[in-house]
Amino acid sequence: MNITQRYRYLYKPLVFVAGLAPLAWMICGALQLFGASLGADPVKKLEHECGKTALNFLLLTLAVTPVRTLTGLPQLLRLRRMLGLFVFFYAVVHFTVYLVLDLELNFPLLGADIVKRPYITVGFTALLLLVPLALTSTNGMMRRLGRRWQSLHRLIYVIAALAVWHFYWQVKRDVREPLLYLGMLALLLGYRLVRWRAHAAAAAVVVTSRSGSATAPERT
Amino acid sequence: MLTRVPRIAASEISAPEVYFNRRTLLAGALASAASAWLPAAEGPPPAEAALTYARNPQYSVSEPPNKLEEIAGYNNFYEFGTDKESPSKYAHTLRTRPWSVTVQGEAEVRGRFDLEDLLKGQALEERIYRFRCVEAWSLVVPWIGFPLSNLLARFKPTSNAKYVEFTTLYDPAQMPGQRSAVLKWPYVEGLRIDEAMHPLTLMVVGLYGRILPNQDGAPLRLIVPWKYGFKSIKSIVQIGFSARQPNTAWNVAAPHEYGFYANVNPQVDHPRWSQASERRIGAPFLAARRPTLPFNGYAAQVASLYQGMDLRRYF
Repeated sequence: MNITQRYRYLYKPLVFVAGLAPLAWMICGALQLFGASLGADPVKKLEHECGKTALNFLLLTLAVTPVRTLTGLPQLLRLRRMLGLFVFFYAVVHFTVYLVLDLELNFPLLGADIVKRPYITVGFTALLLLVPLALTSTNGMMRRLGRRWQSLHRLIYVIAALAVWHFYWQVKRDVREPLLYLGMLALLLGYRLVRWRAHAAAAAVVVTSRSGSATAPERT
Repeated sequence: MLTRVPRIAASEISAPEVYFNRRTLLAGALASAASAWLPAAEGPPPAEAALTYARNPQYSVSEPPNKLEEIAGYNNFYEFGTDKESPSKYAHTLRTRPWSVTVQGEAEVRGRFDLEDLLKGQALEERIYRFRCVEAWSLVVPWIGFPLSNLLARFKPTSNAKYVEFTTLYDPAQMPGQRSAVLKWPYVEGLRIDEAMHPLTLMVVGLYGRILPNQDGAPLRLIVPWKYGFKSIKSIVQIGFSARQPNTAWNVAAPHEYGFYANVNPQVDHPRWSQASERRIGAPFLAARRPTLPFNGYAAQVASLYQGMDLRRYF
């Protein structure tokens, strides 16, 4: 198998199955299969697990770039779209559990929550921002949007910040876990910042030397 | 204000035969209540010890109680970790015997009392109360206990005793959650003296007919059914009477989120979530959410305690 085939027939299906594992575990818990349990408040547990799973996939998605450069495996990029779509999938399940099982489809309460509860406003914004990214994840959309695709998909940094904020704000008192997520996000974004600055510096050198050689003859 | 008699709805007053029958039941309970607490040399472990008690229908709601595994498997007891499941996993490290309570402050009778001594002569009753957490979930619990007023009267509080302060055990070896500073330890809660003397306010020692599971606040906890659950302090080792309002744990941790009074109030939202409705743990699928009642449904008995107070300000 060449590398494309390995990704198509082996790695991608494996990631797909692994990505569904948290959902399978939650379903087992809900049905109390294989000793899995969601505890005395299954609704809250489902809600929190889906949210955290979405956040985990978000961090994994953001980890692709650093990992592929650090390990010298640029082909890892081929897995990123699927990881990103799992973010969207679990975020939608998270919201659905909240709306259907927690609020029991009480739409006035949903409206009040989105307007009045800052952590829900923040989380809901993150969810809405994920929609255009999921919709433009196809090859066709990538081609059609060209360069604008990348600019659009930088929204993921904003979404990540909102998601961690949403987590931090809904915790009653023990903020250790959200702070851990914040730390991981800071590492992943910090890595990019450092690289961008290095790139910018290198580009500046290139530009200066080019303009130097280009303008020099004209002046004479 | 301190000696206000609570109003009890006529519908809640028992028929005389129920009352007298209850007296006989209580007489039996009285004799054996204390003995149930004596450490048994042989036999089943104390955690399984059955209590002798009488039902008190006058102070019980008619809603179906939650299952024991819900009440004992879903707890906020940060002394054993901040997850709801942590207390049931880790509270076995708590040694509830021997146990003593120190009484101090504005009272004629002060000192250190063994638990057995405190329970002597207290007739245990079962009361099925609603329990509403500030996190907007609720339970219905068949507590076993006795009115706090019966206990406090014994210490003869002076006229300076305007408040009662309760303190939970502080011992990180037994309560590993106290090793992290999520709250200021030890946990402290408090009531105004008239709230403490109110007949609904219960000192609880049991649940479902047996001694309290450790994770539910063994061996001695408070239950104030019209207030958010965090007021109902667990594993009490100290009771103090004072002229000043106590600095209570959650109020100290986040004063704009958790007030001293913490009366259940659907009109006053927590800054980060609504208190207008709640989810009943263990309720049927898609039928768990219910409107929250003022004073958790005990308004007829307790609203008069707060007459003339702005409950938005004193939340």
